[in-house]
Amino acid sequence: MKWLKNFWRTFNRPSVHFSLGFLALGGFIAGIIFWGGFNTALEMTNTEEFCVGCHEMRDNVFEELQPTIHYSNRSGVRATCPDCHVPHEWSNKIARKMAASKEVWGKIFGTIATRDKFLEKRRHLAENEWARLKANDSLECRNCHNFDSMDFTLQGKRAAAMHSTALASGEKTCIDCHKGIAHHLPDMKGVKGW
Amino acid sequence: MKQKTFIGFTLTMAIAFFSTVMTQVNADPINPILKAEIDEEVTAPEIAKPIKNDIKQARNYPMQPPLVPHNIRGYEINLNVNKCMACHNRTRTEESQAPMISVTHYMDRDGNFLAEISPRRYFCNQCHVPQTDAKPVVKNEFVDMEKMVIKAEKEEE
Repeated sequence: MKWLKNFWRTFNRPSVHFSLGFLALGGFIAGIIFWGGFNTALEMTNTEEFCVGCHEMRDNVFEELQPTIHYSNRSGVRATCPDCHVPHEWSNKIARKMAASKEVWGKIFGTIATRDKFLEKRRHLAENEWARLKANDSLECRNCHNFDSMDFTLQGKRAAAMHSTALASGEKTCIDCHKGIAHHLPDMKGVKGW
Repeated sequence: MKQKTFIGFTLTMAIAFFSTVMTQVNADPINPILKAEIDEEVTAPEIAKPIKNDIKQARNYPMQPPLVPHNIRGYEINLNVNKCMACHNRTRTEESQAPMISVTHYMDRDGNFLAEISPRRYFCNQCHVPQTDAKPVVKNEFVDMEKMVIKAEKEEE
């Protein structure tokens, strides 16, 4: 308790040895370094290499992604893990990153460390993602798939019929229909629309 | 010993000769890769594109399973899920406007109707297949039953 009191006394008083300029400039530079470092570290965790660094992701979901259109296609434009699973906008991204601390917990305690454990959890994990995308109106899909740029005349008849009605009116969002487009589906018993 | 070597030699030669003849006889007339010599480089035929025009095709005979007129890339049919049923199931057809699977697909082998697709009909693409724009490599001489009947009736007249 005593050290806290001492600390507060020093902290609360004007500086004796350092000039105002030094403290202001020093604080500014330290701020840049810390903020830059934080952001660099954050972006480092926001790459596919980082995700695939764990065998849970590499051997299950990443394997499943590769034959899908979001990995291999005509034009070579592809989605990486964070493109779909982390919002691009800053405040949403930070919120998602904080929620991801649960995933660190899962990694440490090996909640999906084996194939069997993963398959058992798959429905639960999928439901988390569906709920998240439903709540943010499929924000990550819309990072690339811009509704205003969709030309219904270039779509298939069925696609145009769905997109020009249910999606246009906001009654439905991408994930309502497009489940399991990049990974295999869990047991879909009782899921609406299946 | 000498005789044995001779027999062995003749046998080897005979096998070599006949296998050459056999490969020539069995050479596949359709696939250029199978027809090619071993030291010959062949370009594989182009991969055909799926037909996805959503247009129902006539059945060539009454019992023919209808063809799939759309892309089915990545459609899962396994223990967990049957993607086809998300549109073609009885309860889903109003929203999807897709044709409902035949009533026979709800029947078990004893003729009882089940609430969901019968397990023996579960794997759709065992019978229902999409088509590609590939050119037929051999001429199809199939004649529609109806045409045969008409022809027979004309001959009778």
